[in-house]
Amino acid sequence: MASVRERVAIVGAGPAGAYAAASLRLNRAEVEVDLFERLPTPWGLLRGGVAPDHQEIKRLQDTFDSQTLGRGCRFLGNVEVGVDVSHSELMRHYTSVVYATGAQTDKSLGIPGEDLPGSWAATEFVAWYNGHPDYRGLEFDLSAQRAVVIGNGNVAADVIRMLTLRADELERTDVADHALEALRESRIEEVVVLGRRGPAQVAFTSAELRELGHLDGVDLRVDPDEVELDPESRRWLAEEGGFTARRNVELLREFADRPARPDARRRIELRFLRSPVEIRGAGRVEEIDVRGNEIVRGDDGSLRARARDEDPETIECGLVLRSVGYRAVPLPHVPFDERSFVLPNERGRVLTPDGKPLPGVYAVGWIKRGPTGILGTNKRDAEETVRCLVEDLRSGALPPPPRSAPEQIDALLAERKPDMVTIEGWRAIDAHELERGRREQRPRVKLASRDELLAAAAGTAGGPADA
Amino acid sequence: MTYVITGSCIKDDACIDACPADCIHPKLGALDFEAVEQLYIDPEVCIDCDACVDACPVDAIFADFEIPEKHDYALELNARFFAEQSTAERTAA
Repeated sequence: MASVRERVAIVGAGPAGAYAAASLRLNRAEVEVDLFERLPTPWGLLRGGVAPDHQEIKRLQDTFDSQTLGRGCRFLGNVEVGVDVSHSELMRHYTSVVYATGAQTDKSLGIPGEDLPGSWAATEFVAWYNGHPDYRGLEFDLSAQRAVVIGNGNVAADVIRMLTLRADELERTDVADHALEALRESRIEEVVVLGRRGPAQVAFTSAELRELGHLDGVDLRVDPDEVELDPESRRWLAEEGGFTARRNVELLREFADRPARPDARRRIELRFLRSPVEIRGAGRVEEIDVRGNEIVRGDDGSLRARARDEDPETIECGLVLRSVGYRAVPLPHVPFDERSFVLPNERGRVLTPDGKPLPGVYAVGWIKRGPTGILGTNKRDAEETVRCLVEDLRSGALPPPPRSAPEQIDALLAERKPDMVTIEGWRAIDAHELERGRREQRPRVKLASRDELLAAAAGTAGGPADA
Repeated sequence: MTYVITGSCIKDDACIDACPADCIHPKLGALDFEAVEQLYIDPEVCIDCDACVDACPVDAIFADFEIPEKHDYALELNARFFAEQSTAERTAA
C-alpha cells in the first residue's frame, strides 16, 4: 500500500509563507508543500513592499527560492483562495492549510477629508511604485510643491525617500516604469513628515533615519525646539529606552544642529508631536490642519500623545500619504479576531471561537501576530507555527484528507484557473524581467500588469528578444 | 580586524548559527532579540572568519576595511552596542 501523503497548502507566498515553506521542508522532508498566491509572482512584500532603492534586501528572494521552490515546493500563482478555490475545498485536498495572507489593508486616521482625492494610504503609493498589478492604474498628482507624510515608521521612511530621490537614482532601481515616469516629472520640493509622538518615540530604525539625513541633495530639517525632550520622555529614555531610541534622539539632535542648505534640491521636514485633524480642499487636497500634542504617561505606563488645547496650524499641500499601519482583513470561512485583526491562534494553531484548536488550520506572519516586526521576524514566527504543525503531523492529530492525490487538486485548479502560474511560469516572468533589466542596466524591469505577467508566464509575451 | 553588520540587516538569524565564535548578538531567545533593529558583531570577539558573510541572505555584513561608504557609521555602531551593554550590566550589578 502506498504510504499516506502529507500535503500542506500555504496560502500566501510572501515572506511569512516562504519562511514557513522553507522550515517545513527542513523539518519534515516527506511533506509535500504547495504555495498558493493570488498574484502571478511570489515573495509578497519582498517584491511589492521593500523599496526599490533597497535592492540588497531583495536578494532574500534567492534564499527563498532555493529553500522552497528549489527544494520541491510547488508554486500555484494567480489563484486566490476564498475566490477561485474555497477554504473547505483546500481542507478536502490537504492535510493542513497554513494561512500566510498578511495584512492587506491600511489603518485609517478617522479624520474628515481623509478620502479627498490626493489623500492616499502610503501602502497604495508603495504598491504603485513597486509594480503591483492591481495598483498600476492609480494616478498620483505630484504637481504640488509640498507633500505631507503622516507617520514615523518604515513605510513612511520608504515613501519619503521615493518622493525625494533624484530621477537618475531611481533609474538604477527596479521601480515600476509608470512610477519612474511620474516621479521624473514630480514637482514636489518639500516633504513634511508628521509624527504623533516625540523624537524618542519614532518608529524609524536608526538606519532609516540616518538614511533620510544623508540623501544626496536633500536637506533634512528638524526644528531644534522639537528635539528638546519633555520630562517624561527624558526619564523614559534614560531608564527604559533601547539602543535604537537613544541613537535616534542623537541623530535628530545632529540633524537639528546642521545649518540649512538653501541650495538643496529638495527638503524633508520632520515635525514631532503633531496629529492631523482635518484634510481640506475644493474637490482635492489643498491643505491639512495639524494640532500639537504632548507626551503623557498612560495608566499602563506607556508614553502617549495627548492633544494640546490650542488652535490647529494649517499646512498647504497637494498630496497626503497616510502611513499609520496595516490591518488584516477576515478570510472567508476561517475564524477572525475582530478586535486584534488576526486569526485567533495559539503559537500558530488557529482556534475556534470557543478557544479549541481548529484541526489542520494554522497561521503565520502578520495574519498570526499582527503587522509588526521586520522580514526576519517571520523566520522565528514561521518556525513556531511549523513546530506545532509537525508535532500534530507526528502525533497523528491530522487525518489524511479525502482527496489526497495531487492530481485531484491539479484537476480542480486546471478547471477553475486555466491561467494559473506555476514554477515554470514564474521562472519565465523572472527571466523576462531580468533580461529587460540587463538591457536597461537596471536590476530588473518589472512587468506591472496582470496581462503582461500572464503572457510572460505563458511564454507568449512580446519578449525582449522581439524588441 | 572585525566583520561588521550594517543597517541592511533584516534579522534573519542565519549568521548567528554560522558564527563559530558566538560573537553575534543578541542571541536567539534573548529578551532584547525582537526589540533591536539589527544584529551586531562584537569586535572584541570576532575571529575574522567570514562565515557570517556567506550566511547572510541580504549581504549586510562586511569586513571593516571594505564597508561601503553609505554604511560608514556601522563599525562604530557595532562596537557601541557592546560598550553600552556592558555599561548597563555594570550599572545594574
